[in-house]
Amino acid sequence: MLETIIISSVQVLVVVFAVLTACAYTTLMERKVVAYMQHRVGPITAGPWGLLTPLADAIKMIFKEDVVPDRVEKFAYALAPIVTLIPALLSFAVVPFSDDFTMFGYPVRGALSDLNIGVLWIFAVTSLGVYGIILAGWSSGSKYSLLGGIRASAQMISYEIAYGLSIVGVVLIANTLSMRELVTNQASDSIWFFSNWYIWKQPLGFFLYLTCAIAETNRAPFDLPEAESELVAGYHTEYSSMRFGMFFIGEYANMLAVAAVGTTLFLGGWTGPFLPGIFWFLAKVFVIMFFYIWLRATFPRFRYDQLMNFGWKVLFPLAILNTMVTAFFVVLD
Amino acid sequence: MLKALFNVFWKMPQGFWVTFKHIFKKPVTLDYPKKKKPMAPRYKGLQYLERYDDGSERCVCCGLCAAACPADAIYMEPMENEKGERLAKVYEINMIRCIFCGFCEEACPEEAIFLGREYEFSKDNRDDFIYTKEMLLVPHPRKGNPVKELLRFVRRAYGIGSIRR
Repeated sequence: MLETIIISSVQVLVVVFAVLTACAYTTLMERKVVAYMQHRVGPITAGPWGLLTPLADAIKMIFKEDVVPDRVEKFAYALAPIVTLIPALLSFAVVPFSDDFTMFGYPVRGALSDLNIGVLWIFAVTSLGVYGIILAGWSSGSKYSLLGGIRASAQMISYEIAYGLSIVGVVLIANTLSMRELVTNQASDSIWFFSNWYIWKQPLGFFLYLTCAIAETNRAPFDLPEAESELVAGYHTEYSSMRFGMFFIGEYANMLAVAAVGTTLFLGGWTGPFLPGIFWFLAKVFVIMFFYIWLRATFPRFRYDQLMNFGWKVLFPLAILNTMVTAFFVVLD
Repeated sequence: MLKALFNVFWKMPQGFWVTFKHIFKKPVTLDYPKKKKPMAPRYKGLQYLERYDDGSERCVCCGLCAAACPADAIYMEPMENEKGERLAKVYEINMIRCIFCGFCEEACPEEAIFLGREYEFSKDNRDDFIYTKEMLLVPHPRKGNPVKELLRFVRRAYGIGSIRR
């Protein structure tokens, strides 16, 4: 009993620390990858190849002056960054990082918790992130922030419908909501270790999932709410120093969470030959993050009405179509 | 519908390929403080006051450069030396006002003032930016050695050598 408490506590600490560090280094990865795609180098001064840049950024952000305008609603203003960051971190509670293993004789689970409605947890928790945006935009007391917040939250809830429907196909095939079982269903012992991944059975589902995830996390090309040229900085204009830092980390944590859930549902989670599971998990998450950044460097952003059009009139019918076709084939089996 | 499919599966990957192949090209960034590009021979940087080959200053303090300066950056006071020649007692250029246009170089009748290739002269306070005659004059040339004179002439003609000039 005591052992499970200690093991779980250590696991939680390790996961939270790892996720926050990964967020910090994702900022560096983004700057370097976008730079090389634009024929230049990114940050190269802090540390070899610029590897200490996130540390420098963190120190800079802590030392900045925390300017709070006097027209803000103080409670909501203080609450908004927290409400943005916490759901992003919470969704890592059910992501299986590797197979169950034993360490020093004690059994350690591969995920922080093997919830049997894991997928439902993920979608419920990430939907809470929208509240943070609305609170931030409204409590800042500025027109630009309000507009940015309204646009961002409208975009997020529009794409959540297709987001949820895109994984219904996977759930129908696997007949379970538990993340751990979804991954073990995709394991395969043959030389073609990727033959059982759900991406082959649900290619449209994967495409829909990825597109809606990019829209959910307000990333290019769906990043009109936070584009610098449009609304100053949108809903986080009036935030400085560590409050802004929390929004920033929350956005990258959301990206990582979406990438982690995507690899679990479609790319086979931690399954893979020879090497330990955690390595394959990290490699797949890295591939999805690289794709995110590649997409940002390549395409211009959608106009807001084009964006809403796309979400409601294209992705939503496609998601319904995907669900119907999958259900049809599952019933036939 | 067909057009949408065509766009997604044919056009978008082409876009992705364009950005992807740029990763493997050599970046154009110059690692500035560690590597510097040499400036062109006629680059307009910090000024310097020339001398004749026997060491006497060329500037006669006529005031044409101060009159030509669009930013009113030059100040001078004349004096007479023992041989009766006119030269400058005080000659100052305020580098914060100076716009490095080169009008003073064009206006000078004695070919005394030139704009060199020095551009890295930041200071910590405004007063240090007033460059006096001593700071602007080039060092006294070594007399005699003809090889050195020839080398100096060649270097100046081809724009290589010390960054100042």
